[in-house]
Amino acid sequence: MELEIPYTVTARPDTGSYNAKIGIWLFLASEVMLFGGFFSAYIFLRMGATHWPHHLLNVPMGLFNTFVLITSSITMVMAWTALKMRQFQSYRRWLAATLVCGVVFLGIKSMEYKDKFHHYGVILNNGQEITGHLEMTPAEAMKSSTLRILPDAEDAGSFGYQLRSIFGRPAAGEEKVLEIPKSDIQWWSNFTPRYSTYLATYFTMTGLHGLHIIGGLLVLGFFWGPGAKLYRTNPEHLANRVEVAGLFWHFVDLVWIFLFPTLYLL
Amino acid sequence: MKEETGVPQEMNEQGVATGGPHGGGSGTAAHGAGHHEHQIELSWWRHYVFSTDHKVIGIQYMITSLLVALFGFGLMVVMRWQLSFPGKPVPVIGPLLTAVFGANLAPGGVMTPNLYNSFGAIHGTMMIFMAIVPALFAGFGNFVVPLQLGAPDMAFPRLNMASFWSFFVGVVIMLGSFLVPGGAAKSGWTSYPPLADIADTGMGFEPILNGQTLWLIGMAFNITGSLLGSINIIATIIQLRAPGLQWMRLPVFVWSELVTAFLLLLAFPPLESAAIMQLMDRLFGTSFFSPDGLIIGGRHWPASGGGSALLWQHLFWFLGHPEVYVQILPTMGIVGEVFANNTRKPLWSYKIFVYSLLSIGFLSMVVWAHHMYMTGMGQSITTFFQIFTTVISMPSVLLGTVLLLSLWGGSIRLPTPMLFALAWLPMFGIGGLTGLPLGWTPSDMVLHDTYYVIGHFHYMMAPASIMGLFAGLYYWFPKATGRMMNDFWGKVHFWMTIIFFNGVFFPMLIQGFNGVHRRWYDGGAGWQMAQPVLWLNQVMSVSAWILALGQIPFIINFFWSIWRGKKVTSDNPWQATTLEWATPTPPGHGNFLHPVAVYRGPYEYSAPGAARDFLPQWEQEESRVAEPKLSSV
Ligand code: HEM
Ligand SMILES: [Cu+2]
Repeated sequence: MELEIPYTVTARPDTGSYNAKIGIWLFLASEVMLFGGFFSAYIFLRMGATHWPHHLLNVPMGLFNTFVLITSSITMVMAWTALKMRQFQSYRRWLAATLVCGVVFLGIKSMEYKDKFHHYGVILNNGQEITGHLEMTPAEAMKSSTLRILPDAEDAGSFGYQLRSIFGRPAAGEEKVLEIPKSDIQWWSNFTPRYSTYLATYFTMTGLHGLHIIGGLLVLGFFWGPGAKLYRTNPEHLANRVEVAGLFWHFVDLVWIFLFPTLYLL
Repeated sequence: MKEETGVPQEMNEQGVATGGPHGGGSGTAAHGAGHHEHQIELSWWRHYVFSTDHKVIGIQYMITSLLVALFGFGLMVVMRWQLSFPGKPVPVIGPLLTAVFGANLAPGGVMTPNLYNSFGAIHGTMMIFMAIVPALFAGFGNFVVPLQLGAPDMAFPRLNMASFWSFFVGVVIMLGSFLVPGGAAKSGWTSYPPLADIADTGMGFEPILNGQTLWLIGMAFNITGSLLGSINIIATIIQLRAPGLQWMRLPVFVWSELVTAFLLLLAFPPLESAAIMQLMDRLFGTSFFSPDGLIIGGRHWPASGGGSALLWQHLFWFLGHPEVYVQILPTMGIVGEVFANNTRKPLWSYKIFVYSLLSIGFLSMVVWAHHMYMTGMGQSITTFFQIFTTVISMPSVLLGTVLLLSLWGGSIRLPTPMLFALAWLPMFGIGGLTGLPLGWTPSDMVLHDTYYVIGHFHYMMAPASIMGLFAGLYYWFPKATGRMMNDFWGKVHFWMTIIFFNGVFFPMLIQGFNGVHRRWYDGGAGWQMAQPVLWLNQVMSVSAWILALGQIPFIINFFWSIWRGKKVTSDNPWQATTLEWATPTPPGHGNFLHPVAVYRGPYEYSAPGAARDFLPQWEQEESRVAEPKLSSV
């Protein structure tokens, strides 16, 4: 049996909130501190770094994802209002739209991750760094005594170039495939977290954010599907739950709105 | 009310709610009694193991953490052997060490440096994160806070269960880490990199099942548990106060739990992010915390880009300092309760007490880098932290003063809980005073990383916190079990504990002044320079062993009293004023038999003109009955 706890559905008059709303705000406060820990680590490491890479990430993709998440925040609010007005069908449609946005975000994010894993950097013995794409399979590259690599174009960091690169590799410009003997190479690798402190922060922060998106999608998916049954017995309770889940979802969006400029633009 | 909790043998003695003796008692509506309609029997599992009842969860927390404390104490008892008789096989349990940890770590029952380091790291970690904090914050917090609020349960009962099990998994992982190849983590409770980044990696270690990685994973579970717990406590305090229970009528224990919960809520997440980054360092080869160009074992450590070991220290101590207050704040609350109850007068100044708690809570978020004076952070930063470290000692002193003055003119009773509470005060005093020299760089330069620091913080966490813990245990035991703990053996326990606690920790301060380093296994060259104080090692070790023996009366008394102790004859055996004593004994699921309301402040003892020397919060007019009968049998 479940014990009845006061103020699960109705607000307590003197605090003006029901329990779960207080709970989620407290949880979000702790989340602020969690991401705050990462952001301060980012600032700390960047201040101490001799060199900080720029333009490694695809800004158009990140920008598009920002719009996707902002849209999802709007649809989320619409879903909740629909529920408050007791329009169940409309609620489910708006919530579905939110779910779709979340999935699109994750899809684009995984494309970005994949791009990074196919992007290589070579550090020569003299300390010079060359970034580009392998003109051989990674397996060949492991065995061969020379690396064949096509360096990134001059303007690879520009918005236009990055936009075109989403739809296939833009036509090559001046640059030619380089053949670098491994004896000249100090270290080479694709862009994984260990490649540099910048990429380490990028993957850790966006990875954690991605996990939050997945968590949010699971919760919202539950309220779209099996959880929505509560509507029949206690629609206000469902509205409260959706409101709370929505607050979490907005928070996750907000984190992205900080992550995007920090990692992509600055 | 069929589903009673607390202690097994008592459960079925509980009858159906019959209204209480405290007037009102129509036994309808509200809280506990509202549940007459569905008296569904819970299965044994749902009742005692996967329970959502705050009292059961509180007891689960308490028992688990007391066992962990015993284990952590055991580790230290063995380490003290190594410190007084370096390199000699450990008597009695030596063969056991070899059997469990293998001939590599404990050949012939002798502790190796690696095993010593593992014991030290896990002693610190478990005592702090998995014994004292869960016992005080979660154990008492869960059991007592909803009762003191007049609430039927916590605001989120299922989250509460999740919190306990998350904590429990953390404990299991931490214990299990002893059994993986290479043994448990070795880098101290602080897990400082770069050491912690590279420890337990390479030849002979598993990639994930190794001591340091499991430490991080175990901590992640522990952090999750305390996060859920703190959300629950705060939400409960905000939302589920009984009618009339305004903020300034809250018992001080509730206040202390509120502040503690906020500290856990806000300070733990940065450590979680740091733990994630250290996991990345260990599993994916990033270098958040190891600087470029490390040479380890003659080889260049393949870390990319420049990380910073200082970054870890900042994130760790941002939690670490509030965490140490988390261990003392709840005991301040407990001592406040026990003092008011046993001096039979109101606290000397409830307001100053509460505001001191709040300011300690706030200030403890801005003093963390006093643990890092020796890292070369720079003058302006150390100045900032010296100032705030000094400032935070003011509310601490205020608090102690309030408690001390509360004794003035009281008609003091001396049952066991009061003895422990009384002893808390000077122990807290020594802990605080020894902290001050550490808070200023000129003196910290000499004392940092010596046994003096160990002495300082143990005075806070062992004599003080654990005294508070025992005070609470003896005080609330009758509410949880319906029986009293034996007073004579309680007093034996008290004297053994207080005397030998000091025997263990006071010499540490002396050794520290002589420069004995806090982490050395056998002292090496450092010991050569500290010859005059080395004999104290034996004093401390023998004290620690007698201290261990001194806990036996407690353990026997505890279990004996659960089943055989003297039954209480009243729901309010200490004649206290706060709401937890308005419940039946032990309280059933839902706690109160009839709706409670609060009519006055928490400590109305010896009010002029009253017939009795206490006016409970829940009585609108003074009852004529001197001692209310048991409501449940
Ligand atoms: C008046 C209040 C206090 C002051 C001024 C103070 C000051 C300090 C300082 C400056 C240090 C760093 C010493 C060093 O590493 O060189 C320290 C260490 C420590 N203090 Fe306190 N403290 C106070 C109260 C407390 C309380 C209430 C607790 C816990 C209940 C506590 C627990 C600790 C612990 C655990 C450490 C050592 C951590 C470690 O290095 O392993 N302190 N204290
Ligand atoms: Cu501190």
